This record gives sequence, structure tokens and C-alpha cells, in this order.
Amino acid sequence: MDRIKLDIWVGILVTIGVISLFGLATKVGNLTSNSIKNTYSVIAHFENIGGLKPKAPVKSAGVVVGRVDTIIFDTNAYHAVVKINIDGRYIFPKDTFANIYTAGLLGEQYVALEAGGDLENLVANDRIMQTQDAVVLEKLISQFLYNSASKEE
Amino acid sequence: MKKNLVSIEKLSFDYGKESLHKDINMEFARGKVSAIMGGSGCGKTTILKLIGGQLVPKSGKVVVDDAVVHEQDRSGIFNLRRKMGMLFQHGALFTDLSVFENVAFPMREHTNLPESIIKDLVLLKLNAVGLRGAHKKMPAELSGGMARRVALARAIALDPDIIMYDEPFAGLDPISMAVICDLIRTLNDALGATSIIVTHDVAETFSFADYVYFLADGVVAAEGSPKELLASKLPFVKQFIHSEKDGPVPFHTDAPSYKSDLGL
Amino acid sequence: MVNKLLNFFEQLGSGFRARLIKLGAGTRLFFLIIIYSADSFKRIHLTIKEIYFTGVLSLVIIVVSAFFVGMVLGLQGYYTLEKYGSSEAIGVLVALALVRELGPVVTALLFAGRAGTAITAEIGLMKATEQLSAMEMMAVSPVARIIAPRFWAGMISMPILATIFSMVGILGGYVIAVIIIGVDEGAFWSQMQANVDFHNDIVDGAVKSIVFGFACTMIALFEGLDAPPTAEGVSRATTRTVVISSLAVLGLDFVLTSFMFV
Repeated sequence: MDRIKLDIWVGILVTIGVISLFGLATKVGNLTSNSIKNTYSVIAHFENIGGLKPKAPVKSAGVVVGRVDTIIFDTNAYHAVVKINIDGRYIFPKDTFANIYTAGLLGEQYVALEAGGDLENLVANDRIMQTQDAVVLEKLISQFLYNSASKEE
Repeated sequence: MKKNLVSIEKLSFDYGKESLHKDINMEFARGKVSAIMGGSGCGKTTILKLIGGQLVPKSGKVVVDDAVVHEQDRSGIFNLRRKMGMLFQHGALFTDLSVFENVAFPMREHTNLPESIIKDLVLLKLNAVGLRGAHKKMPAELSGGMARRVALARAIALDPDIIMYDEPFAGLDPISMAVICDLIRTLNDALGATSIIVTHDVAETFSFADYVYFLADGVVAAEGSPKELLASKLPFVKQFIHSEKDGPVPFHTDAPSYKSDLGL
Repeated sequence: MVNKLLNFFEQLGSGFRARLIKLGAGTRLFFLIIIYSADSFKRIHLTIKEIYFTGVLSLVIIVVSAFFVGMVLGLQGYYTLEKYGSSEAIGVLVALALVRELGPVVTALLFAGRAGTAITAEIGLMKATEQLSAMEMMAVSPVARIIAPRFWAGMISMPILATIFSMVGILGGYVIAVIIIGVDEGAFWSQMQANVDFHNDIVDGAVKSIVFGFACTMIALFEGLDAPPTAEGVSRATTRTVVISSLAVLGLDFVLTSFMFV
């Protein structure tokens, strides 16, 4: 088996492999949409982040505008500090709401940004002041029970 | 220059439980063709492996060109093996390479010679064994005798000082046997090499060997030139040389009495 | 009775000990391969020849199997999802099943069966016909010349084959779901894109295939070298390659899945 033939075939194998990888990366996965280059980070404090994880999407009006970067616990004020990276193309006013919603009925949790009306905009390392925590099922149930109990009175 | 290129001193070796060699001494003089003979399983091929460093002796030593084989490190063994050529029992040609590639293999691995010189050398070696015309064939297309000759060409590819033959006559027709005999002697003299042959073919070997060792029961039972051994009165030597069915090497292996085996 | 029990434990113990020794010898072989790997890359044509034999010659079985696996996934998945009204998620199902699990695992099993047995048989036969011994006596290390190139060829071929498997499988699922059954093409791809993450799913799948490639190739090489130099010995060794590779792949799959995707 002479070398040229071997080299050609191995080259074909590697080429098909690379094309497959490319195909998987772009058509199947979401690599292209993941490469948001210019981002700026803002911080939001939450009493309860529920099931929010790093790399969860940050959406506004249903469109992915950024990703959750890090989630840490503040031992001074005992709440969660979530850092999110927002795509540089999108500018939000300073009084934007950051809520934690669930995608679908039992799906992954994400951060939803609802723009306010402030004239000034969020810049890098700003803090989103208005936040709404994730819905915790137990609290919801106890609320419901409390409400139904008080109705009966 | 020492008289003996290879010498074996007080060698003992075993494959685990049974000891194969007990305290044997052998010497292989430079430029001579020596033979190691003995019954099957007496450890002849093992001697070759010990010389080549593939096995380590339990006690004693094998000295090749003033170097103790089993004490060498990796580069030491490498250098020793460069001086050796070995012909395996069935040739052991690389089945995925052609005849030409097989003979060129040692040259390509150990030298930086350009392709044109390698080509000339390969054809030279193949010519010495009479197979220059077969250089394009694959090992699978060769007969046993031809394969062994190609393997011989490969063994002498780098003009070694020591050429070892493991049962070179086994399974060959009389013509091929005569060819190999002739080749062993002429190559040895032409290259000035030291040849060590492991065999149990008496007639052929005695016709060209300079010195013969007989191994039996793990020791050297007899040694000498073919002429001396033909005249020897030792019973083992006589049984071997004259192909006698029974003698010091018994026909029956150890067994309980025939009566008890048959249940009488 | 007691004797039988004692015999059983003795066999268990000696079997365990034998396998332990094999594991140690296998580890030693791995380190030898690493030490002698320089030639595999300096004389790259050695490795390329082996990539041809392990990778290219496995292409046909990989592509055909992938296509059928993808089609079956599409078929089974569609009829199950349709019951819950989620038939549009068929793309996600096919893609995730393939990329995360079936791509690496099935490729590894097929690889062990095709390329693994070929490697074991070849090396076993080379050992039986004293070719490895001859090479040693010519002061050429058989590990450097024969074993290491095959190792690197296996390590390189496996991820490539697994990627091809996943891609062709998805195409197979596409053919069944969109072209034959009639699921909406846009929904097929968009749902897939939304739910398949490159870093978590595709890269993890690739890591799996590299680990499987390592396991299958090492097992094949070791069994070949360890085989008794007889016809029966070599045939037993090739069977062992397939069995042990398959078990190793499935076991490693569980371990890797549990800390990658959970």
C-alpha cells in the first residue's frame, strides 16, 4: 500500500471528521450564538435564586441578551450576588427589573430583564436595584394554604 | 583481540520450576562456525536468546565481545544487537513488507544511508543468497526455503560479527538444505563472522561446522570438532550421531509400571 | 462439599490475582508506549498507515450503523413524543441521544469489534511467528515501531469516528423525521440548536470518545501482546478484546456520564 494512497485516505477521514465537528458545532449546537464578544457585567442581589445556575440565559422579551456569569453568597448581607454578562449591543436603563423565571413548567431557570423608563443606562459593574426572587414551591404552597385558611375564617 | 567473541561462563537458567541449564561453560571462537546440538527441549534455542539478551540467566554470565550481556543498559544492549544477526526458525519475515523491504529494514532503522545505496546493498545481499529476482515478492508468496534465505539476507544486512541460526534446516527439502549449508559456511568466511547454529541435524552440520557442543540434561554432554565426536565413545554422542532409537536418552518417558496402568 | 467451596474461592482469588497482574502489566505497557512514542510522530507515516487501518477501514461500518441508528431514534422517538404532543422535540431527542451517549458508545463498541480485533490478531500473530522477537534482535524496539503507532492511531481515529457517527446519525434522524414523517424542518433544527449546548454536550461527548478510544486501543494492544503464541491463543485473545473492551466502554460510560451530565 503506497504512501500516497494512505495519505489521501487518512486525509479524507480527517476532513470528514472536521466537517462533522463543524456541522455539530454550528447546526446542532449553539456555538455561534454563544460567541457574544462584547459583554459588560452588571450585578444583581437576590434573596433566593432558586435553581439558577451559571451560564443560564439572561433574556429580555424572550430574547437571549446575555449569560449568568457567577453566583456568590454575600456573608455580610446574607443574600446571593449574581453577576450577569450582557451583550454589548443591548443597553438597559438603570431601573431595569431582574426577575428569575422558569422556562416552561418545570424547566431551567433564567434571568429575565424588564426595562424600566430611566433616562440613564446601566454601565459596566453597575447594580440592578430592582430584583424579584425565584419562586420557591414550598413558599407558594404555604402561601396558598395560609390564604385558604384565612379565607375560611 | 580475544580469541572468543562469545563465551558462556557457569550459566544456569530455568523457566520457573524446572532448571534448564546447570552451570554450563561454552566458548565460541572468532571466525568459526560452532553448532549446539541436542534433543528437543534441551534448551538450545534458549542459549541463543541468552546471548541476544532476550533472557536473563539465573546465575553465571554470557559475555559478548567483552561485555556481560545481562548487565548492559538499553544502549549497551542496542550496540550488542547491532553486531548480531539472527535467523529464526521459520524466517520470521515481516509479513506486511515485501522481500526488498524486509532486507532493507535493518539498514533503514540503523543507518542514514540514502535510498540508492540501500537499494544496491539490498540487491547485493539478496544476490548472495540467490534471491535477487524475488525482491518484489511478499513473504506469503515464498516457499519455506526461500523465506529462510530471505531471512538470512536480512540477518546479514548490516554485516554482523555474530550470526545465529535457530534450526536452519528444519523442514527443508534436501536441495534447500544443501543451499543453506553452503550459504552458512561461505557467508561466515566471507564476512569473517562467528556463526552459532542450533540444530539437531547431524549429517549436514558435521559437514561444515568447526566445533560442536552437545547439550543433554542441562549440561554440556560432549564437545569437540566433528571428527573428534564421530570417533567418540560416549554413549549419548553415539546414540545421537548414529540415530539410535534407545540409549542414554530413553525411548519411554517416566511412567508407572505397565501392569498398574492397565489395571491388572 | 467444603472442598468445592474452597475450590471456588481459590479460583476466585487466583482469577482476581491474575487480572490484577494483567492490569499492572497493562499499565506498564502504557508507560512504555509513552516513553517510546517519539518515533510515532517523527516518522509520522507509521502512524498514518495505522490510522488508515483502524480509522478509514472502519468508516463504512460507522457511517452505515450511524445512519440506521439515527433513523431508528427518529422513528421510535417520534411515536413516543407524539403521544405527549411534543413531536417537534424529535430533533432535540435525536441530537442529544447521539451526541451525549450513542455516538461515543456505539462507535467504541463497533471500533472494538472491527479495529480492536484486527489489532489484537495482527499483534498476536506477529508474536506467534516470532516477528516481534526478530525485531528485538535487530535492536529495533517493537513497542516503538509496532505498538506505539497503533496506539496513537486508535486515539486519533476514535474521536473522529464518533463525531462522524453523531453527525450521520442526526442526518438519519432528519431523513426519517422531516423528509419521511413530515415534522417541520425549521422546528427540527431550531429546537435542537436551542437545547444542545456545545460545551456541555458536544465537547463532553468528544471527551468520552477519547477516553473510550484509549481504553479500546490499550486493551486490544495488550491482549495481542499477551496472547499465547498459538492459533487457539490468538483467537481467544481477540474474543477477550471484544468482551473486555465492551464492558470497559459501558462501565466508563456510566462513570463519565454520572459526573458529566448530572
